[in-house]
Amino acid sequence: MTGTETILGKYDPKVYKNRKDHMVAIDHDGSEKQISANTRAIPGIMTHRGCCYAGCKGVVLGPLKDTLVITHGPIGCGFYSWGTRRNKARGPEGSWTQYCFSTDMQEADIVFGGDKKLKAAIAEAMATFEKKPKSIMICSTCPIGLIGDDIHAVASQIENEYGIPCMAFSCEGYKGVSQSGGHHIANNQLMRRVIGADVSSPAPSRISVNLLGEYNIGGDGWETERILRKCGIEVVSVFTGDGSYENIAKSHTATLNLVQCHRSINYIAEMMKARYGIDWLKVNFIGLGPTADSLRKIARYFGDPSLAERVEQVVAEETAAIADDISHFRSILEGKTAAIYSGGSRSHHYQKLLEELGVKTVMAGYEFAHRDDYEGRKVIPTIKDDADSKNIGSIEVEADKDRYLDFLGDERRAELNAGGVVPEDYAGMMPDMDGGLIVDDLNEAEAETIIRTLRPDMFFSGIKDKYIIEKHGVYSRQIHSYDYSGPYAGYAGAYNFGRDLAMGMTIPAWRLITPKWRTGSVLEGSVSDGGKG
Amino acid sequence: MRQVAIYGKGGIGKSTTTQNLNAGLAEALGMQNMIIGCDPKADSTRLILGGLAQKTVLDTLRDEGEDIELDAVLKPGYKGIRCVESGGPEPGVGCAGRGIITSIGLLEKLGAYTSDLDYVFYDVLGDVVCGGFAMPIREGKAQEIYIVCSGEMMALYAANNIAKGVSKYAKTGGVRLGGLICNSRKVEGEAELVSAIAKELGTTMIHFVPRSPDVTKAEINKKTVIDYSPDVQQAEEYRELARKIDSNRNMTIPRPMSQDRLEELLVEFGLAG
Repeated sequence: MTGTETILGKYDPKVYKNRKDHMVAIDHDGSEKQISANTRAIPGIMTHRGCCYAGCKGVVLGPLKDTLVITHGPIGCGFYSWGTRRNKARGPEGSWTQYCFSTDMQEADIVFGGDKKLKAAIAEAMATFEKKPKSIMICSTCPIGLIGDDIHAVASQIENEYGIPCMAFSCEGYKGVSQSGGHHIANNQLMRRVIGADVSSPAPSRISVNLLGEYNIGGDGWETERILRKCGIEVVSVFTGDGSYENIAKSHTATLNLVQCHRSINYIAEMMKARYGIDWLKVNFIGLGPTADSLRKIARYFGDPSLAERVEQVVAEETAAIADDISHFRSILEGKTAAIYSGGSRSHHYQKLLEELGVKTVMAGYEFAHRDDYEGRKVIPTIKDDADSKNIGSIEVEADKDRYLDFLGDERRAELNAGGVVPEDYAGMMPDMDGGLIVDDLNEAEAETIIRTLRPDMFFSGIKDKYIIEKHGVYSRQIHSYDYSGPYAGYAGAYNFGRDLAMGMTIPAWRLITPKWRTGSVLEGSVSDGGKG
Repeated sequence: MRQVAIYGKGGIGKSTTTQNLNAGLAEALGMQNMIIGCDPKADSTRLILGGLAQKTVLDTLRDEGEDIELDAVLKPGYKGIRCVESGGPEPGVGCAGRGIITSIGLLEKLGAYTSDLDYVFYDVLGDVVCGGFAMPIREGKAQEIYIVCSGEMMALYAANNIAKGVSKYAKTGGVRLGGLICNSRKVEGEAELVSAIAKELGTTMIHFVPRSPDVTKAEINKKTVIDYSPDVQQAEEYRELARKIDSNRNMTIPRPMSQDRLEELLVEFGLAG
C-alpha cells in the first residue's frame, strides 16, 4: 500500500500543497475525510480533463437520437465530439447521432461573425434530410464566445422559420474548470425548454420511471431498460442515451426518477423534484448486487407487493443464468487489483462489480466530480461557490401547481427513510471503499507513479492514458467507451465485463512484453581500436 | 523603412491628419509611403485616393478566398502613396481585432512591405481596446507612435490610456512614443496644456496643427489640403509636421499618468474648473 507521499514526492511546495488536498487514503479510522475537487487544474500538469463544450455536447446532448445537434465553431470540436463515446441509439425512425454537424468556422467567419453561417448550415441540413428532426440544438465553442455571435437569437429565428423547437447552449469550452460546467448548462436548458414541453401525452402507468444519467455506452441503457421492463417498470424517458426530445418532453409524467450518473444529471433530478415533486433515487446498475439492490429499492419506493415479487423473480432468474460464468471468471480474477479513473460516477459504480469478480480496487478517482460525489450530498451546504462555478449559473425553478404531486406523502416517506430507502440522497464513493487511495483530477505523472508503486493488475481509464498504461505492461480497459465492448451494465453487462477482464488477464501478450535488450545485449559486431589504425 | 502608427480618440482627426501628413512627406520630401487603414469603417485613405472607395483586404479575402493578388487590395493615390484598407465586420458582429491581425498577416504574405518604402503608416481606430488593435505596434511592426489629440479633456484621457498600452508593448517589443500631435479645437491655452501633458508623459508635442476651414474645403473635394490648395497656410502646417516627424529622433517609453495626476493638470490649465 502506498501513501500519497510517494505520488506527491516530486512536486514543488506550491503544487504539493494543492495536489495533496486532492488525495485521500481511505483507512476508516473514524475521522471525516475531506477531498478537494472541482477546482482549476494546475498549469503545466497533464490533466485528463475535457472542456465545458465536451460536457454539454459530447456527454448530455450528443446522444439525443431525434435531435439535430450542431456544433458552432471550427471543425475539430465537432469531429472529436462525434461518436467517440459510443452512445448507441436506434429506432424505427433511425438516429441523428451518426451524423456530425458543424459550421466549420474559418478565419473570415471569425472576423465577420458566424450568425449567418450558422443559419445557413442549419438550412442546409434541413434541406438535405427528408426526415426532419424533432428539435435542433446549437452548441457554442470557444471562439463563438469570444466574438459574441448571438446564437440564442439565431435559435429563435430558426424555431420560427421551421416550426421546430430550437435552443442554443452557451457552452464555450473555456467556461468552468472541466466538463462539469457543460453538464450543468445542458441540464439548465433541458429543464427550461424540453422537460414538460409535451402537455398532451397520456399519463403512463403508476409504476413508471425516468432513467437519468444513463448514456447507453456500449448498450448499457438497453440492458438496464430490459431489466426494468422485465420487472414491470415502465421507462418513460432516458437522459440521454438512446434518448429523444420526444420522450424527455413528457418525462414530467413519470412517477420516479432513477439517477445513475449523479454528477452529470443531478441538477435535473433536483429541479424536477422542485417543479413536479418527482422523487429521485440514486441507483447503480453496474454489478449483480448493485442491480438487485437498485431494483429492490425501486420496488420498496412504489410499495407494490406484486412489483416486489416480480423483482425477486427477475433477480433470481437473471443471477442464476450467469452464476456459473461469473464464478468461472472469478476463478481467473481472484486476488487481482485494479485502479479506476473515470469522469464523475463510474469509479464508484464499478467497485462492487470488481469485488464480485474477486478484484480489489486500490485506487479510484474522478476527472470532474464535485466533493459530494466523493463524500456524499451531506457536504453540499458546505461547498462554497467560487468564481468558476458562478460563471456557469444555476436556475431557480418553482413548483408547477397543476402538476406537482407528492407521490409518497409524509407518512410513507418517513417509513422508507427509516428502512434505509432515502430519496434525494447519495452517500458518495468514500463509504463504499474498503481501504485504497482516492485521487481527484489525476494526471499523467501521478498515473505513472501509481502504476509503478501500486502495480495494479488492471487500470480502467480513457483513451488519453490507455497506451501509457499498456506500455507499463498493465492491462488497460477504457471505462468511458468500453473500447469496442459492452454493455457492462446489468446482468448481460456483468457477464461481458467478467469475460473481458478474464481475457485480458490470460492473454499471452503479457509474456512477450519484456524486450530482448532488457535481458541481454543484442548488439552484434566487434570492438574497434578507437580509430588509431 | 519607418513604420508609424497613429492612435487617438475617435473623431479627433486621425485619418485627416495622417493623410495630410503623408501628402506632406511625399510632396515636400519626396518620400515613398504606404497607408494601412486599420478601421472597419475603411475611411483612412479617401483623401489620398480622391474618394475612390477601394475594396478592403477583408472583404476581398471573404469574397475571393486567400488566393488574391496584391493589386486587388493596394491602390496608389496622390504622389504614388500606396493605400490599403484593412476593413472589418459591420458594427456589432464578429471580431474587428482579429480582422486587423488577419489583414496585416495577409499583406506581409503578399509582399506589400517592399524595400523602396520610406514610411508605412497605420491609422488605427480609437483606443487600444483589445489585442487586435495593438497588432500594428507589436514586434516587427510600427516602431513609433504618434497620438493625435486636442486640448479637450476626453482627448487627453484617451491619449493617456493609449500611452498605457504603448508602455506595455514598449517593455516587450521595441515600440516607442514619438510625440503628441495637437489637432487644435481652439480650446483656450491648448498648446500649453498639450505640451504640459506631453512633458508629463515623457515626450513632446511635436506640432500644433491650427484649426482651418481649408481642411474641410479640401475634404469635401476628397483631397488633402496639400493636393487641393497647396498655397494656403494650412498646407504649410502639414509640410512642417512632415518635416518635424521626418527629423524626429526623440523616441521614448511613455510614463502614463495616474487619473489623479491627469485631472490635476487639467485643473491647473483651467479645463476642469
